Amino acid sequence: MQKRSTTIRRHREDEAAARFTTDRRRRALRARRLRRGGLALALTAPAVLAYVIFVIRPIVMTVQYSFYKWDGITPSTWAGLSNYLAILHNPELSGSIVNAFTLILFFSFVPVALGLFTANAIRGFAASRLAVVARTVLFLPQIIPLVAAGIMWSWQLSTDGVVNQVFRLLGLGRLARPWLGDFGTALPAVGVIGAWVLFGLCMLLLLAGMTKIDPSLYEAARVDGAGPVREFFSITLPSLRQEVVVCLTVTIIAALASFDIVYIATQGGPGNRTLVPGLEIYYLAFFQRQVGSASALAVVLMLLVLAVVLPLQSLSREGKS
Amino acid sequence: MIVSRREQWLGRVLLVVLMAVTVLPFVSLFVTALHPSGTYPAGLSWPATPHWSNFTAAFKAADMGRLLWSSVLIEVGVVPVSLLISTMAGFALGHLRPPGGRALFIGFLLGLTLPFEGIIIPLYYQMRDLGLLNTRWAIILPLIGLYMPFAVFWMRAHFITMPDDISEAARIDGANLWQLFWRIHVPLSMPALSSLAILLFLWSWNQFLLAVVLVSDPLQRTMAGALGAFQGQWGTDIPLLCAGSLLILTPTLVIFLVFQRRFVSALLQGSLKG
Repeated sequence: MQKRSTTIRRHREDEAAARFTTDRRRRALRARRLRRGGLALALTAPAVLAYVIFVIRPIVMTVQYSFYKWDGITPSTWAGLSNYLAILHNPELSGSIVNAFTLILFFSFVPVALGLFTANAIRGFAASRLAVVARTVLFLPQIIPLVAAGIMWSWQLSTDGVVNQVFRLLGLGRLARPWLGDFGTALPAVGVIGAWVLFGLCMLLLLAGMTKIDPSLYEAARVDGAGPVREFFSITLPSLRQEVVVCLTVTIIAALASFDIVYIATQGGPGNRTLVPGLEIYYLAFFQRQVGSASALAVVLMLLVLAVVLPLQSLSREGKS
Repeated sequence: MIVSRREQWLGRVLLVVLMAVTVLPFVSLFVTALHPSGTYPAGLSWPATPHWSNFTAAFKAADMGRLLWSSVLIEVGVVPVSLLISTMAGFALGHLRPPGGRALFIGFLLGLTLPFEGIIIPLYYQMRDLGLLNTRWAIILPLIGLYMPFAVFWMRAHFITMPDDISEAARIDGANLWQLFWRIHVPLSMPALSSLAILLFLWSWNQFLLAVVLVSDPLQRTMAGALGAFQGQWGTDIPLLCAGSLLILTPTLVIFLVFQRRFVSALLQGSLKG
């Protein structure tokens, strides 16, 4: 009797002790995990700090400035939504947004369409020496500053430049004109510079995507009697969904946020034919001292980029699932 | 793969034409630079006597030596710091996954598509208040912040693929967090780090907007910013402008041609991730 009760008691004590130690171990483990979590967060601190000071804070400040009338020197006055309403009603401001969207045609659709066509045409010899050389050459416009592209092309597109020389050689001399100074052709001419810069990147991205497609798909299609056109639309294009979305995203942002090329090639002229939001923000804020309306345009530009780019991303995600 | 001969030839011709269109502006710039200074040469034409001296004249006019030095200083200020702090953050968010890490990461993602024009106005007043306007710091500090969304995104994507076993083994051997990071993970991340370094180098070298707005002295700017000032000053002297532009282009072209394989793969991956 006596013996049994002691064993039971001892057993209970053991249980309690065991519970105590697991409790302690669990608590120690949680403390360690918390400490590790804290250390991990500390590792992110410098990046977060730089990001908050030089990106987040300025975004908040831009939004704040956009509600004020301010010349940058004297005290600001509350302006409500008037800076935003001005974007709707002032043709110079709204025109700059229209111009940016027009540039998307040249910066984005031309390189992507031409890139798809070319990549498809050279897919068969993507590993040849010619294609390897092309990888280097077509990347040149990506390496140089956009300013340099602007300088080069303003010279090509001038009255005595190479472009007009080629037209005269082809007997189309009456088409020759100062492309960047002509009201009708200035914006497309700026667009051509952008297309030149962005084409190589798009083509090589799409080509890289194409080489990942399983060749047996093409063989099966050929056996089934599909021609090159059918092949492109039923195999190549659907498999390239992600690459196409990437190309569109990069080039559309380049079009909407264009500054360097336009600043060098036309400075927004002739008239306001090539004025883009980036340039208008710069002029308004630093020359005309209208910080409020410049900030409102900056906010609109940021929202436009998000409004165009975010739906695109969901398109590529659908493709993956 | 079954591709007909005609298709192949068509593709080759197309590729050669596109390469010619890509190279033509460079050739035209070069040929024009050889014409007598101050003239207005016509299109693509070889001059009677090539004026190689235009290059030395442009070298002096642009103050190339000091321009190069300025760009190098900016690179030294931006690239190593950005690499270090984005690697630490990417390691934490991708490998250690602390509580709250996901929210932080989404916060960084928000900055990924930000056009620099969107925040240039507050940056100007911020730099003015800090007394940094017209110094290289006005370019260096904001660029570090502006690169963080992409750089953290890039490094996190790399660290997420690192197997946990490596860290477990190191921990059993008694490594603490700091040793784990520096001795194990940083050496294993060299390919990702060098690609990121190339991209950051190129973007800093070519950065124009920040240079133009925040620094008025061309000799304190990036190469691209200096080129903008050079165009403003010599825009009417076409041969000299062309010679100067070529000189300012040369450093990146040389670096590109030396490291071309790494550049191309970095640029392709970079746009895939961005």
